[in-house]
Amino acid sequence: MRDRSIYCETVNFPGFNGDIIEGYLAKSVGETSTGSVVVIHHMPGYDRETKAIARRIADMGFNALCPNLHYRDAPKAQSDDAAAASRANGGVPDDRLIGDVAGASEYLRSLDNSSGTMGVIGYCSGGRQAFLAACNLDFDAVVDCYGAFVVNSPAPEFPIRVLPVADQAANLSGALLGLFGIEDTFPSPDEVKELERILTSLDKVHEFHTFENAGHGFFAADRPSYRIEAANKGWVLVEEFFNRML
Amino acid sequence: MCTYIVETIPAKGSAKSTKGWIDVDRATVSFDHPVHAMTPHTLNIDVTNSKMDASYRVALELDANSARNLANTILAVLEEAPLALQQ
Repeated sequence: MRDRSIYCETVNFPGFNGDIIEGYLAKSVGETSTGSVVVIHHMPGYDRETKAIARRIADMGFNALCPNLHYRDAPKAQSDDAAAASRANGGVPDDRLIGDVAGASEYLRSLDNSSGTMGVIGYCSGGRQAFLAACNLDFDAVVDCYGAFVVNSPAPEFPIRVLPVADQAANLSGALLGLFGIEDTFPSPDEVKELERILTSLDKVHEFHTFENAGHGFFAADRPSYRIEAANKGWVLVEEFFNRML
Repeated sequence: MCTYIVETIPAKGSAKSTKGWIDVDRATVSFDHPVHAMTPHTLNIDVTNSKMDASYRVALELDANSARNLANTILAVLEEAPLALQQ
């Protein structure tokens, strides 16, 4: 494997409803024609760790762009303050998410070294949002990292506002890689199996991996949920998947 | 998981943020992933002024037991304080 050069900067582009939002671009400089990946950050925000994910994907040879889904809630604030503002405002609405991801995709397609192929990856709440985006927009590759409430509805006692999105699975536009932890309860192994059954029944290309000794958030290297073995294996699968599909 | 469990209430008082004292008009209480605390989920309290930049937030991330103890202690202290002083 050769070393790659990447270039990173904050960029602005139109998202949902034509609103100008910001995003973190990590561009693979050495590639003359390459695929792109939209990186969807988790609910704690458009943070340093998610930007590191974008850089890692650029280091694989792809262009990556992470839209700041909380930009409207607090344009000039730090990521944790913006996440808190978004939380107080009720979170990221699904239609706004789809519009912002569409804007990020368009920005990536406009880059001089874009081959036109497009992937999306999301973690935690972003896993559900990656699935949702791929049911409403054109993607070649979709990675859902332990997204909850893709299949199941929140329990009645939960005052949660999100709705499951598996009923849109017939519209899933790209191949799906799902990465889960056996110890996770949201999504539980049973929910993962049900999603796999739905995708199989619809003849959707998919590949699921559930790791032992891992629960929710096993990729998060700065959190106690980090599981190095699952994360390392997961990253290998993500790179292989994007290399095949993009 | 992201729980999205959140309640927002009006609040009146002051809080000391990283940028100094602010007038408070809102408190948000949630149980969700923390940014800094080393437990998967925490009881989070954000005290803010909705008219000011979000960076003036005063934030707490407490594990569930600590949050219960804090809530009970707040109520106990209020019980001790004469009602006449709470107007």
